[in-house]
Amino acid sequence: MKAQYDYTIEPEVIENSPTLAQINDVIAAPMEAPPTKGWKIALAISSTMLLIGAISLGFSFYYGTGLWGNNQPVGWAFPIVNFVFWVGIGHAGTLISAILFLFRQKWRTGIARFAEAMTIFAVMTAGIFPLIHTGRPWLAGYLFPLPNQHGLWVNFTSPLLWDVFAVSTYFTVSLVFWYVGLIPDFAMLRDRTKEKVKKFFYSLLSLGWRHSNRHWNHYEMLYLVLAGFATPLVLSVHTIVSFDFAVSILPGWHTTIFPPYFVAGAVFSGFAMVQNVLIILRKIFKMEHIITIDTLEKMNKVLLATGMMVGYAYGMEFFIAWYSGNPLESFVFVNRAFGNYAWAYWIMVTCNVVIPQLFWIRKLRRNLVVMFIVGVFVNVGMWFERFVITVTSLSRDFLPSSWDYYKPTLTDFGILIGSFGLFFTLVILFIKFAPVVSISEVKGVLKSSQPHHH
Amino acid sequence: MEIDNKNLYGVGALFTSPDKVSEAAAKIAEQGYQNWDVHSSYPIHGMPKKMKLKWSPLGYVALILGLSGTSFGLFLTYWTMSVDYPMIIGGKPSFSLPAFIPVLFELTVLLAAVGTALTMLFILFKFPNNRHPLHDTDYMREISVDKSGILIEANDKKFNYDEVHTLLTSLGADKILDIHLDPSEVNYTPKILEPKFLIFIIIVAFLTSFLGYFVNNKLLFMPPFDFMVDQHRNDVQSRSKFFADGFGMRQPVEGTVARGQKYYPFSGKPELAEANLINPLLTTEEVLALGKKKYNTFCSPCHDYHGTGNSRLNGQFPNPPSLHSEKVRNWKDGHIYHIIVEGQNIMPSYASQLTEKERWAVILYIRALQRSLNAKEEDLK
Repeated sequence: MKAQYDYTIEPEVIENSPTLAQINDVIAAPMEAPPTKGWKIALAISSTMLLIGAISLGFSFYYGTGLWGNNQPVGWAFPIVNFVFWVGIGHAGTLISAILFLFRQKWRTGIARFAEAMTIFAVMTAGIFPLIHTGRPWLAGYLFPLPNQHGLWVNFTSPLLWDVFAVSTYFTVSLVFWYVGLIPDFAMLRDRTKEKVKKFFYSLLSLGWRHSNRHWNHYEMLYLVLAGFATPLVLSVHTIVSFDFAVSILPGWHTTIFPPYFVAGAVFSGFAMVQNVLIILRKIFKMEHIITIDTLEKMNKVLLATGMMVGYAYGMEFFIAWYSGNPLESFVFVNRAFGNYAWAYWIMVTCNVVIPQLFWIRKLRRNLVVMFIVGVFVNVGMWFERFVITVTSLSRDFLPSSWDYYKPTLTDFGILIGSFGLFFTLVILFIKFAPVVSISEVKGVLKSSQPHHH
Repeated sequence: MEIDNKNLYGVGALFTSPDKVSEAAAKIAEQGYQNWDVHSSYPIHGMPKKMKLKWSPLGYVALILGLSGTSFGLFLTYWTMSVDYPMIIGGKPSFSLPAFIPVLFELTVLLAAVGTALTMLFILFKFPNNRHPLHDTDYMREISVDKSGILIEANDKKFNYDEVHTLLTSLGADKILDIHLDPSEVNYTPKILEPKFLIFIIIVAFLTSFLGYFVNNKLLFMPPFDFMVDQHRNDVQSRSKFFADGFGMRQPVEGTVARGQKYYPFSGKPELAEANLINPLLTTEEVLALGKKKYNTFCSPCHDYHGTGNSRLNGQFPNPPSLHSEKVRNWKDGHIYHIIVEGQNIMPSYASQLTEKERWAVILYIRALQRSLNAKEEDLK
């Protein structure tokens, strides 16, 4: 058994050395087979959740945001918690597709496409929340610096405006990155399909790609450029999200540790989500040799590392609260751990810091059931992290007479469920209509596909 | 042979081994062919070097576009925040570069990433191009699966049908295919005034104008869309259906003291006020001017500009007694102050209209009015 864990030899990225044709077949299979029962059930569940969200939102628009629990002093409640949570989920995709690409980590090929898709869906889901939180989403056009009849411009010195730019740039660039990666795969599907309708759409989407090496020459350069831009971009996005908090003067928010702490947390939760969905995906689509256990183990190592960073940030916040000698800061942090929201704080610490420590043990790191459960815990924990940061600081602000205990309403939960519904509906549709694994990239990392000496 | 090959696009050779195709590509490049290409469904390592391709210019494209994004961002932030609508936020200068960095960065990335991708797809590759002769050929289909191929185009200067065939066979090709142009595609010229296209344009025009009208004139005025100007509210002095007493304007909560005002300890006790309160102001021109202004605004509608009680309200409200009476003249300032704060008979409190200083100034002005009708001997000197 020991030989199996020999880390001195880099394991093959793709196991069982499949032929190029087999890779085409495996990855195209879900798109060609009629929808299975399991897929239909999954879609039914997720779209029901989506419907719950849509109804909750409909009520919120019709009757107003008074249906939510948001009230003085907690004006930033579920909508902002969910926004930060979903933007964070998106970060894993860009990390896998861009940062690991720059580091030449070949194991990313099996999971990059799916992670990128998740980025896009997560950012779409996240984008809903700041809009609905304004209460009047139909006036969202004023978020952009468009010339208007009032002669007004947006405030470029506001973190909330930076957020608009960061999230919309992030979405656009991720979408371009994802689509550019999909073009060769759509071309493959176009040449493979015999159905007229499919052929039309695949031709449209592949733009007439013809696998030319003159094109690949530019394409690889473009991929490098995109990865090079996406890397600082992904770090900037959650940094700017953290500025929404850190630039304010509220104790518990006004800290310089927020940008790195938020980025680490985002990667942490994103990896947990990608890992969770991939475990199911590789099983039902029989892609265990493409998304290998070694790949999942590497993801678990990233989870462990980012989890430790998050844990360090929790500790450092407390240290600084004491070391700064600022009574307001120390009050807020003591209140976080032992005050009115202590239950949320300890859920967060347990899920994010304690449970991932299981991954120090090799066997657990390679055990599908264990890693799935840890992944779920991490996501629960990371949601609560945002809840703790947002709600505890606001509910105990500078003015004790306005202190209050925030309680979410049924509508709040409906919208939260709806956000999961939207995300998973998009994921479930994606795995049916587009290749979940990058065919050209997987082919490229097969040992048999490259010349032996060049 | 010549007639058969009139529509020949090129000759393609399929390879299975990546080693062989690399070697073959190197040899063809050496022989000086220009219009040829290697096809594979994934990038083959080292192929650009073997094909003697130039370094891709996309890096420079990204640099230029990125710098354009930065400059545009700089112009946008500078012009909007410092020139067109200058604003001071947080005591910072209207052009505060550190606060603009996030926006500059995002615009740099946005323009560079999106622009480079579009440059590659639409300028370098001239996509979309679904009419390329290679599409729907067996050659392309096999490459999409697991082969790699070399294609030499018939329009190459060195192209010779038989020579190319022997060359490709000698390089170890598994299969050699002639690729022909589709005659119908060769002769196809798109026409702008096709009926199909015209109908499409008309439908699009109709739909956009209808939707534009509907959204801007109808939809935005239906629920749930509401705008602040149309929302339920109480205007100043208007009647309220919401509050039990029917007043739209509300009294301060009992027992509270508004910011900037002091607790008044002599409520209901004018004698105490008269005994304890002393006017802190001196009779200066400035104070009298303030007193006159406030008196004319708040007191004169009933008391008249000269304090005679000759109300301008024309009987809508009972006239108050004159301020020139013996009684009022003999009151100390504290008593009048008390009446301003608390009101008297049907006169309401003016505490919320007049600040402490203004009340005392009004009192001094009333004293001046009183003296104008009852001047002392010494005033004549």
